[in-house]
Amino acid sequence: MAMADQPAAKSFRLSMLLYDTRYRSITIQIIMLGLFVAGVWWLLDNMYSNLDELGKRPNFTFLTAPAGYDINQRLIEYSSQSTNARAWLVGLLNTLLVAVMGCILATVLGVSIGVLRLSKNWIIARLMTAYIEIFRNVPLLLLIIFAMSIFINIFPQPKLFRGEDALSSMYFWDSVAFTNRGWYIPKPVFESGSMIVGIVFLLSIAGIFVFGRWAKKRQEATGEILPNFWIKLGILVIPAVVFYYIMGQPISLNYPELKGFNFKGGLHLRNSLIALWLALSLYTAAFIAEAVRAGIMAIDKGQTEAAAALGLRPKRIMKLVVLPQALRVIIPPLISQYLNLTKNSSLAVAVGYMDLTGTLGGITLNQTGRALESILLLMITYLAISLSISMVMNFYNNSVKLKER
Amino acid sequence: MSEQSYVRTEMLSEQPAPLGQTGMLKWMRENLFSSIMNSIMTVVSFAVIILVLMQLIPWMMQPSWVSGSLRQCLDDPNIDGACWGVIRDRFNQLMYGFYPHAEQWRPNLAVVLMLVAVAPVLFDKLPRKMVWFSAIYPFLGAWLLWGGSAWTPILVVAGFAIGYIAFKMLHNMVGNMAMIGAVLAAVIWWLYGIGSVSAWLHSMLPIGIEAVPSSQFGGFMLSMTIGISGIALSLPIGIVLALGRQSDMFIIKTLSVGYIELIRGVPLITLLFVASVLLNFFMPPGTNFDLILRVIIMVTLFAAAYMAEVIRGGLAALPVGQYEAADALGLDYWKSMRLIIMPQALKISIPGIVGSFIGLFKDTTLVSVIGLLDPVGLIRTIQGSAEWNGLVWELFLFVSLLFWLFCFSMSRYSMYLERKLQTSH
Repeated sequence: MAMADQPAAKSFRLSMLLYDTRYRSITIQIIMLGLFVAGVWWLLDNMYSNLDELGKRPNFTFLTAPAGYDINQRLIEYSSQSTNARAWLVGLLNTLLVAVMGCILATVLGVSIGVLRLSKNWIIARLMTAYIEIFRNVPLLLLIIFAMSIFINIFPQPKLFRGEDALSSMYFWDSVAFTNRGWYIPKPVFESGSMIVGIVFLLSIAGIFVFGRWAKKRQEATGEILPNFWIKLGILVIPAVVFYYIMGQPISLNYPELKGFNFKGGLHLRNSLIALWLALSLYTAAFIAEAVRAGIMAIDKGQTEAAAALGLRPKRIMKLVVLPQALRVIIPPLISQYLNLTKNSSLAVAVGYMDLTGTLGGITLNQTGRALESILLLMITYLAISLSISMVMNFYNNSVKLKER
Repeated sequence: MSEQSYVRTEMLSEQPAPLGQTGMLKWMRENLFSSIMNSIMTVVSFAVIILVLMQLIPWMMQPSWVSGSLRQCLDDPNIDGACWGVIRDRFNQLMYGFYPHAEQWRPNLAVVLMLVAVAPVLFDKLPRKMVWFSAIYPFLGAWLLWGGSAWTPILVVAGFAIGYIAFKMLHNMVGNMAMIGAVLAAVIWWLYGIGSVSAWLHSMLPIGIEAVPSSQFGGFMLSMTIGISGIALSLPIGIVLALGRQSDMFIIKTLSVGYIELIRGVPLITLLFVASVLLNFFMPPGTNFDLILRVIIMVTLFAAAYMAEVIRGGLAALPVGQYEAADALGLDYWKSMRLIIMPQALKISIPGIVGSFIGLFKDTTLVSVIGLLDPVGLIRTIQGSAEWNGLVWELFLFVSLLFWLFCFSMSRYSMYLERKLQTSH
């Protein structure tokens, strides 16, 4: 069998690199790689010549030198004699603290607002829409500074709490004081024996999961449904309370008290933490609310109707049919909002909250003059946090993905 | 059998619906008091609204517009409300920063011209010729704001003409390779040609307006400058990055993904630190370019990564059939992207694109952290001044309202655009 009109094999010409689709993509990629390498080389070359001029070759020894500054909020042992690396760690923990607190509050607020926005109640739905539109369209930094400004300028000074007819008073049976230096709340004090109560509590949480499995198996075998919620609540609370009294009430609260011109005792939450926490949560809640609303609206009405036709009651329709499907839509944007919140917590620097940006990217940078190294480490740290959060997201996405062909 | 029947021959006239089933009452019963829970929530909501209004209205209704300081407001027994005097006192600063008073017509004119320039982009009923003005506007606007010799923007535009001429001349010789030559010619002109030619032309025929250094920029004008440049520049870069990420070519895809994930993984503030502290390290020794320019570059690079992700979503949402149909028509890559894929992908991603525009505009406030005096930075300056120390609500509400108006109208425009471009049933 002869091939008809087979063109004579052409010899390779240089122009084929550009016009022949077999080679073109390789040509383009090599050119791009060349440009990229040249660009990076140019930047690094400039950087080295600039740094040489200043006599500052990059090195990271400053991390082991004493930081020489104080950090007012620290979750681990730290003093001005500690190293810069330690300050970095303190900052990282502060970032994580405000991020976790913010995520919790933002989720609670966001889910409630998102659900209420779909409420049939006209006034509630309108109020929630107004909330979302207001907070989504105002810069976060403005909110943070606004909150800080209110706390400093509007809240009473501690000395106003003094005397018989004081101008200000504490709230919640004299346990909480809102002052312009921050909030003072009761602080739990753990004495010997509290460890056991804690372990019992953790065991009850594990017990809840065990019970959940057992109840599900039982339901599948017999069809009977137990009052799961109340039993679980009982498992959670009762053993811990019993052991609390058996061990002689090892956990007590230390209340803040006015001593002289300031409050002593209790837990002092600084203005910067509260302002940052509230502003981040209120702002992110608006976005989470939109995600929740979109997720619920994405569920076809037919799903609810089909479930009703099967004879399920409204509560169980929500729990067994709507929510599992809505969560698939809600969780990815929710996690990306957590990611945004964590990154936005770097705005802490505007109110003097000592997070990563405040320690490593702020004082350490300014005192050591190691701008390049500090900012590099700062970016790597944030990148690591972000990548771990997106890893969780990808893991979740894969686990709930609809299994198609 | 009797022939009697009781069939009605004429219709009864329509009766009005029962009182509880019509109008206001029905509406209230269905929308406000449909269950006990709903009734409670309604009552609580109204109580909250009334409480807030009872605080707010007296405060709004008895304002003082004339006080020169917070002390005056507090001491004057007639004033019980907002102390808006601060806005009157510092309005100029909040709007223009320290821009010279005599030159403030220039930013004003720049804003008016900007509205003219974006109009044909936003509304397709306007004559298409106006797009030419939109193309020139970036140079005109920058010249109005920064001032200086009028020759510089003209010569920058001339760079495009030079590139085009180079392309035409080389096209006959080397075909599409001429693009590289054209870009090179234009870049060489911009880097090395403009400075001397502009100086020479200016000495021959000095036309121009007073130059204003960036350090005098501030207030809302600064936010607008950074925000609008960022918006205009980040969209094209974002499109290129999104295409790169969707590409089959391994190296291009890797570079795009690496860039996007790197930028999206770090907060904007660290990039602004880079702009303020580090960017000069990466330039040839001796260069020292403007801080605002550096910030615009960083904000653009940041927003472009987010834009790329939004557009990638749009690209991914298109059915594969569209790509195959474009190939079947024999279109090359760029033509199929320009004529088939991008119009649809961009349409799908409008909400996301406008969302990231809004985000970018809000993020311009972060420049106050690196010491630029945008409205947020100015708030702190004003609060630190002797006259207005301790003032909170008035300043923050005013600035919030400014930003809110901008962002809210952008989001409304995106909704309008979505409705207009909707082609499904």
